[in-house]
Amino acid sequence: MSRRSLSQCVIKLHEEHHALEDYQGGVPRWCSGCGDNAILAAMQRLCSDEGLAPENTVFVSGIGCSSRLPHYMKTYGFHGLHGRAFPVAEGIKMARPDLHVFVSTGDGDCCSIGAAHWIHAIRYNMNITVVLHDNHVYGLTKKQASPTSPRGLKSNTTPYGAMLEPMNPLTVTLGVQGASFVAQGVDWVPEVLYDIMLAAFRHRGFSFVRILQRCPEFMPKAFDPWLRDPQRTQLLTHADGLQLSTGLSSAYRNQRVHDPRDLDRAREIASVDDPIPVGILYRNPDAPCYEDLRHAGQLRSPAVIRAGLNRELDKYTVWPEGAAA
Amino acid sequence: MLTRSNTPAQPAIELAEHIVEVISDSGEGAQRCGQSLAAIAARMGNGIWTTEIIPAEIQPPARSVAGASGIRIRIGSQQVSNGGDQTDLVVAFNEQVLIGRVQARELKPGATILLENMWRSHLDPAIVQTYTRTVEALRGDGFQVIELPLEDRCRELVDDPRKGKNMFVLGLLCRLYGLDAGLAHEQIARVFRKKDEAVIRSNLALFDAGSAFAEAELDLRWRIPAQRATEPQVVLNGNTAIALGVMASGMDICAMYPITPATSASHYLSEVFEKVGGLVHQAEDEIAACAFAVGASYAGKCAVTITSGPGLSLKQEVLGLAVMAEIPLVVVDVQRGGPSTGQPTKVEQGDLLAALYGGHGDAPKVVLAPCSIEDCFYSVITARKIAETFGMVVVVLSDASLATAQQPFPRPQFSEDWLAPPVDQTPVPPGAKPYDWDPVTGLSRRFQPGQPGGMHTVTGLAHDRASKVAYDPAINEEGLRARSLKLASLQKTLRPAPVFGDDDGAGGDMLLVGWGSTMGAIQESVTRLRGEGLSVSSLHLRFLNPLPPGIRETMARFRRVMTIEGCWSDRLEDEMIDADNRRYSALAMMLRSRFLVDVDCWSQSRGQPIKPADICAAVRRALQTTESHA
Repeated sequence: MSRRSLSQCVIKLHEEHHALEDYQGGVPRWCSGCGDNAILAAMQRLCSDEGLAPENTVFVSGIGCSSRLPHYMKTYGFHGLHGRAFPVAEGIKMARPDLHVFVSTGDGDCCSIGAAHWIHAIRYNMNITVVLHDNHVYGLTKKQASPTSPRGLKSNTTPYGAMLEPMNPLTVTLGVQGASFVAQGVDWVPEVLYDIMLAAFRHRGFSFVRILQRCPEFMPKAFDPWLRDPQRTQLLTHADGLQLSTGLSSAYRNQRVHDPRDLDRAREIASVDDPIPVGILYRNPDAPCYEDLRHAGQLRSPAVIRAGLNRELDKYTVWPEGAAA
Repeated sequence: MLTRSNTPAQPAIELAEHIVEVISDSGEGAQRCGQSLAAIAARMGNGIWTTEIIPAEIQPPARSVAGASGIRIRIGSQQVSNGGDQTDLVVAFNEQVLIGRVQARELKPGATILLENMWRSHLDPAIVQTYTRTVEALRGDGFQVIELPLEDRCRELVDDPRKGKNMFVLGLLCRLYGLDAGLAHEQIARVFRKKDEAVIRSNLALFDAGSAFAEAELDLRWRIPAQRATEPQVVLNGNTAIALGVMASGMDICAMYPITPATSASHYLSEVFEKVGGLVHQAEDEIAACAFAVGASYAGKCAVTITSGPGLSLKQEVLGLAVMAEIPLVVVDVQRGGPSTGQPTKVEQGDLLAALYGGHGDAPKVVLAPCSIEDCFYSVITARKIAETFGMVVVVLSDASLATAQQPFPRPQFSEDWLAPPVDQTPVPPGAKPYDWDPVTGLSRRFQPGQPGGMHTVTGLAHDRASKVAYDPAINEEGLRARSLKLASLQKTLRPAPVFGDDDGAGGDMLLVGWGSTMGAIQESVTRLRGEGLSVSSLHLRFLNPLPPGIRETMARFRRVMTIEGCWSDRLEDEMIDADNRRYSALAMMLRSRFLVDVDCWSQSRGQPIKPADICAAVRRALQTTESHA
């Protein structure tokens, strides 16, 4: 790949192989049956398969169940503020484009309190892999409605049922100028989940993966109709997208060929919530990354800073009589 | 009559200093004229201080009292540390913009007013009437009004005098003050360096015409003797100094969101930073700007975010995170009038307590306040160093006055010591912990992404030495203690702040204490009051958190201590206010609580830099009260 520099290739020669346990950093404290566990397992496998050096990998998160994920990775992690994972991740990537940066966020973190940052993160299109853990509810604070909660959901803040239509994070993302990778996975099809996350990681740009995940504690039956009927999960396949194993292909017969370069069709598919589309909706490998546009990661020397500073000071200098300007 | 007939020019009157104002409608170039006059005077070796007069609206109506846009320049034969008191000479492009200045008592009684006279023959009789009446009223009030045909004379040279009058006036003023025409020509070429040759030529012609006009028609001549410095000096404003300080500090990233009056620092930085490998990121909002900077700092490149009061409020949650995670960060707050949108273009020192205590929980931060334009430059370098050494948030409190004021200072000599060290990528020794707090200083070595063996998850949750979430109450206190100790450790390295005036260390009747941009005005007041025989000295604080050592001892040498601040404090003459419910200004409150000393305060928040004359009057009044009580 052209973006691999010579020095990275040299380092590869004596780089050790990392096993799965090299990425496992502590026992997850999520509820048993929580969809977050599936996402974590896929992440750890991804890091191992792609041979990411744990010291050069950073998982950034906000606040919520989703955002505990960095604690369970044995990489660098940044568990920050509610809604602010994106700008933190952008700062990291801008300062150190050599690092692999992942963002783990949730439907409250991303689509509510951090919505402004989400929209702009799409615009910046920095090379960051984002996983939106979407369980349609606030779990950590014990059941409040989120922007993606279905209408009628009875929660502690909507005891008579949620009144608003749920937000669709896929159509929102696809509606922003600069979107370069949008995909959807479901925690109950882990094989596809892994394939999608791998494609997201390999895409150079802002890769946005929404994962529908079960919350056994507060939304135990939310996805039951889909779990019972495989026909209600539609797999998107393409030579440039997902290719299904024979086993999977026979289990999930509702399939649709979709070219990830087709933005109009992607928006159309994204707006359907039943059957749930699973796969890569959109990918544009040519969208420019903000860190490239800004020439991030330049080497700076004291001599360059000295010269630049003196050049500026010259503009404002009053020289003593006889001194050369 | 001051307008000349055929008599030879009077000899110039020699002055120690003069305050000149150029005011116009917005967009007529008064500021550029005044900035150039200041730069030329500084190049000749005069001390200068400029204060911008900014209308609050983007497009105020023409010829309106509120639309006055311009600049005040204090020119002295010695170094000038503040804007001074009242104006001696004002050039006004219409009579309306003068009215507000007169009403605000910004003009010295009997001041000279050079006034554009095109309005006397305007086609609209209402304008003619207003103009005539205003001129009569001004003369009635004792001002020396000299009407000048600026528009007519400029029309001889350019089609649109609105865009040339300012350089004509510059030529005129340079002649009145005997400033060097050669230096002025150089300055004009510099000001218009981005324009084509024809623009420079046209402005030089206007300058020369203004100069010739003054020579032929005006009998005013002044000289403010100048001493040209033997070392190179730079003349720039506080925001430019801050931007250059960012560059000189070796920081790579400035993340910001536009806000008045801080933005001009980022504008300038945007223009020059990339040339040395840095970058300015305009984030989607203040919170994102701060979080972006925290992300960059976490990754090993200490970053800065530049803002003003409302932006500081928005950043507070992120600042709490930086404190908790011990991520170095520099925050520049160019203070403006508040609360809320307040007075966006005007000065106030209202954010001290917000900088110190504005966040949630116990979040110790370092707070510095530059006291001069030179300080604006060096304080950013100091801030970056402290932020990285102590793993702390450092807030630099500048203000709208420093932001736009120009003052010469010795040209900085770049040192590699100013720069940040390269990002540490060495392996972390086995068993080392990311928050291995030193029991005495609270300091710990930070691990940065890329360092093998240092992997851990930084968290805004209370955490132990391994950065694991703390479920044990003792661990919470251990972290709080370490983060607090760092402030004390820094305090042990500070030098006592010097006392101004009290050279023999004998103390006296009153100690004035100030911080930030008011230093020049306070020290000038001390000099004047001591000249009157009053025993007054001053202490000026650059470090507000931690406070430098020696303050208690210094205060003990004086009978009374009073802070001088540019923010609100309750006035005892108000019926409802008494000693028990009075709200003191910020520094007074801090000094009272820390040292248990009955510190008084005098403050002003008129949106203008505090004038030495106002401080002197307040001190005289306060000393009289003491005597009557004694």
